[in-house]
Amino acid sequence: MMDEGTELSLTIAQIVQRLKGTNLHSQIERQAKECLHRPEIKLESLKDDVRHFLKASGWEKKLQNAVYRELHVQPPPCHPATPPEHTKEPLAYMRKAQASWEKRILKSLNSMCTELGVPLARKRPAIEQKELTNKWNEMGTDEPDLSRFRPVYAPKDFLEVLISLRNPNHDSSEEASSKSYWGLVQVPLQVRDIPQMREAYSELCLTSGQLGIDDLTHVPPDLFESEHIRIGKKVLSEQDSAAAQQYSRQGCPTGLRADLWSLILNSTNSPEDVLHYNQLKAGVIHHDLLVDKLIYKDVKLTASNDDYYFVFEDYLYQVLLCFSRDTAVLDHFSYNSATPPKSYIQGRVGEEEFAVVYPPNGVIPFHGFSMYVAPLCFLYNEPSKLYAVFREMYVRYFFRLHSISSSASGIVSLCLQFERLLQTHLPQLFYHLREIGAQPLRVAFKWMVRAFSGYLSTDQLLLLWDRVLGYDSLEIVAVLAAAVFAFRAENLMEVTSLASAEAVLADLSTLKVMPLIQIFLFATVI
Amino acid sequence: MLPRNMAKNKTSVGYKGPYGYQKRRDGEGRSCVRYKCGLTNTIQDVLRQRPGWIEVKDDGEWDFNWCDVGWLRENFDHSYMEEHVRISHFRNHYELTRKNLMVKNLKRYRKTLEREAGRIEAAKCDFFPRTFELPSEYHLFVEEFKRSPGSTWIMKPVARSQGKGIFLFRKLKDITDWKKDGSRSEEQRDETQVESYVAQRYIENPYLISGRKFDLRVYVLVTSYIPLRTWLYRDGFARFSSTRFSLNSIDDHYVHLTNVAVQKTAPDYDPEKGCKWQMQQLRRYLTARHGTKTVEALFKDIDNIFVRSLQSVQKVIINDKHCFELYGYDILLDQDLKPWLIEVNASPSLTASSQEDYEMKCHLLEDTLHIVDMEGRLIGKEKRVGGYDLMWNDGPVYRDVDLETLGSSCLSANTHLGCVNDRKKQLCQLLKPIPGQKRI
Repeated sequence: MMDEGTELSLTIAQIVQRLKGTNLHSQIERQAKECLHRPEIKLESLKDDVRHFLKASGWEKKLQNAVYRELHVQPPPCHPATPPEHTKEPLAYMRKAQASWEKRILKSLNSMCTELGVPLARKRPAIEQKELTNKWNEMGTDEPDLSRFRPVYAPKDFLEVLISLRNPNHDSSEEASSKSYWGLVQVPLQVRDIPQMREAYSELCLTSGQLGIDDLTHVPPDLFESEHIRIGKKVLSEQDSAAAQQYSRQGCPTGLRADLWSLILNSTNSPEDVLHYNQLKAGVIHHDLLVDKLIYKDVKLTASNDDYYFVFEDYLYQVLLCFSRDTAVLDHFSYNSATPPKSYIQGRVGEEEFAVVYPPNGVIPFHGFSMYVAPLCFLYNEPSKLYAVFREMYVRYFFRLHSISSSASGIVSLCLQFERLLQTHLPQLFYHLREIGAQPLRVAFKWMVRAFSGYLSTDQLLLLWDRVLGYDSLEIVAVLAAAVFAFRAENLMEVTSLASAEAVLADLSTLKVMPLIQIFLFATVI
Repeated sequence: MLPRNMAKNKTSVGYKGPYGYQKRRDGEGRSCVRYKCGLTNTIQDVLRQRPGWIEVKDDGEWDFNWCDVGWLRENFDHSYMEEHVRISHFRNHYELTRKNLMVKNLKRYRKTLEREAGRIEAAKCDFFPRTFELPSEYHLFVEEFKRSPGSTWIMKPVARSQGKGIFLFRKLKDITDWKKDGSRSEEQRDETQVESYVAQRYIENPYLISGRKFDLRVYVLVTSYIPLRTWLYRDGFARFSSTRFSLNSIDDHYVHLTNVAVQKTAPDYDPEKGCKWQMQQLRRYLTARHGTKTVEALFKDIDNIFVRSLQSVQKVIINDKHCFELYGYDILLDQDLKPWLIEVNASPSLTASSQEDYEMKCHLLEDTLHIVDMEGRLIGKEKRVGGYDLMWNDGPVYRDVDLETLGSSCLSANTHLGCVNDRKKQLCQLLKPIPGQKRI
């Protein structure tokens, strides 16, 4: 491995490379040029004065936020000779599993395509384009016949793949029963235990104020809430991404959350963002993609049937259809173990120059995908802003929930962590469930794949996602899953089948997530 | 029909009626309540499950009557009610709930307010759109109509409910039937007796969520008009139209009318699909979009609608101490987050559209009965009972302020519409269980 100094230089070089030529770069340059007219800029101390000006006018902060954002989406630094696929995913067996899973998905998509005689993409005739433009704000009123289309895969299909993952270098045949793992995931990844998490999540401890706990009705607001809101306003006025991220660990007040999240994600909704979104919209109007049908179907099946999110149906189309066409999303594949599916121009299979990524953003939606967007509709109602925030959330977090990788925030680690926590701290429950054929992961998996969207009530979900953003990790999702089992342990001990276990855990809409997480992390006897 | 109540014996302590109960003196509350119920929905369940409450059939004597307005009209005037008896409507509630009378009362109240307290105070009554009764105010209406060319108006029958008979119009020729024409002969007028309608300025810029229009249903309980004593329930809901709002299709009822009853007949209505949001959900959404301060101001304006509308009929409603009434207020928000009063219902629907809705309505009715307090468990100084907050008690009611914050914060109203409703806990602390009742 490289030494720290080299690592740092390499990181800096990479960030400079990425920010060079961006709009922010040209804006700062312009600002620097224009400020030369100002009286306080003196020739003798030119460099310092310009720097000082940029700092005072808030441009340095903007640059800081942009750098901070780049740090989030940079692949981890590695040896210059590392092949790119190793950067995406260091473990060979994971790479292989992901590749074969992708093959399966693509095969499924292609066969549906052939079966139904629907092209992967087609240009819309002018009349259709006009119609769609008129109906852009109410695409939900369309009722296309989607009965022949099936989702390409559902979370439970993906679960089967994860269960079958094995590290060929790991010999698990001689495990003594006390050390063996009872769960479905059988890969030896490093996951944190409660003592380690107590340190990492210190802001969630019992003596620290939280939104979701200390803002409840019986607690006087002066104890925590009022001060926390005051600090939140200050963070927003400072416009500092890193501060906002730290702040979010204790929860974001409802009235400030939208601004805080966009600050953390550095989604500024500049004119360029709006332009970009409108270009994507134009792409939707001009071409019809097969995945559009999948998106329609998914929205109709999930979000439209949800008591909280049915209202936002139209927004979901406006975001997801554009998302499919956004080639900027392809950037995240440099640190995502997944690889975008390629399609070849007819007759030129295998020839790279005739390869086209399909869909253009490289992400094939699965059943429940629209639920990643739905909660965000609560915070943002301008489509371009909503889009920008969703896209950033996707390329930072959500992609990890449906790709096979060794990342600590990846779904494999989350599943493993969930099972280990359960086995360590609720062994009786785990054993019982296992005996009756109700492996806990089979119930919890669907929660984690969606980061609990659609299972919790909206306000609770947003409190959970505050912490995902605040700690820059999805680990808390696994902790919550285990905490839910702990909470309903008594009832679960009585069940005698997987179906009844599912029934006990079917309705999470009344759960308060922060007390559950706090108790699980800080009040569990180790 | 001679009402039984009049014919019965004079009571004395220790009288044992036909059902073998012990009747208590007034003010001591009763452990057994005989109730009559004219409706067959959620209220039936709530009454039946209340410990110590027994249903009386047919002409039996009752202590409590949850009646429908038809029964009220036919029987109220002939019923003698003892002091402890309670009935769920005020005799002339229609002064508030019939659209033409409400408007008349509000206009008159506003005039009085302007005369006595000035324009600014009177402007606080500007929460109902310009409304005219037709055909009686036809000419006044035409004047207003011509003053705002191109505007849209909505015609509503005065006495019908559930969205029946309502339509929108932009041209006078659409409403010639309601033209008040002195040239028509007596015969002509008798033959074609036109139903009384109100023409109201249609709110063309409603607040939309994801392109959809919605209105709010809020529950307000009045236990007395003089002095005015009223409670506001924390729960309620926002009812969404199932299609996207557009001014192009004024004939499309489904777009403009948000009553659940109308939505249920819309072609793409899916009963599985919720078209309601709980009030808490709406409040959170608005707070996330507009910030806490704006939303608090909005809800304060909504409180103002309740109080002013009730004050406007204070002097006309026959204030019978036996009466209480649970009103369903329909409120519409416009794009500037100004709330408008659409209608007040004296018999808000108690039929449940889902399990969640059923539970909410059960809790609403249970808490209503707690406040009516046949059991005599309240001391009369409560500011909160379950999900109800005391909104007006012959004057504004403020939240309890503890001494530490007394200096820093100004007084805030005691209402919590759309806020957390932890009624169970509050009731546990407030009420002693009725004998025979499991813990609440």
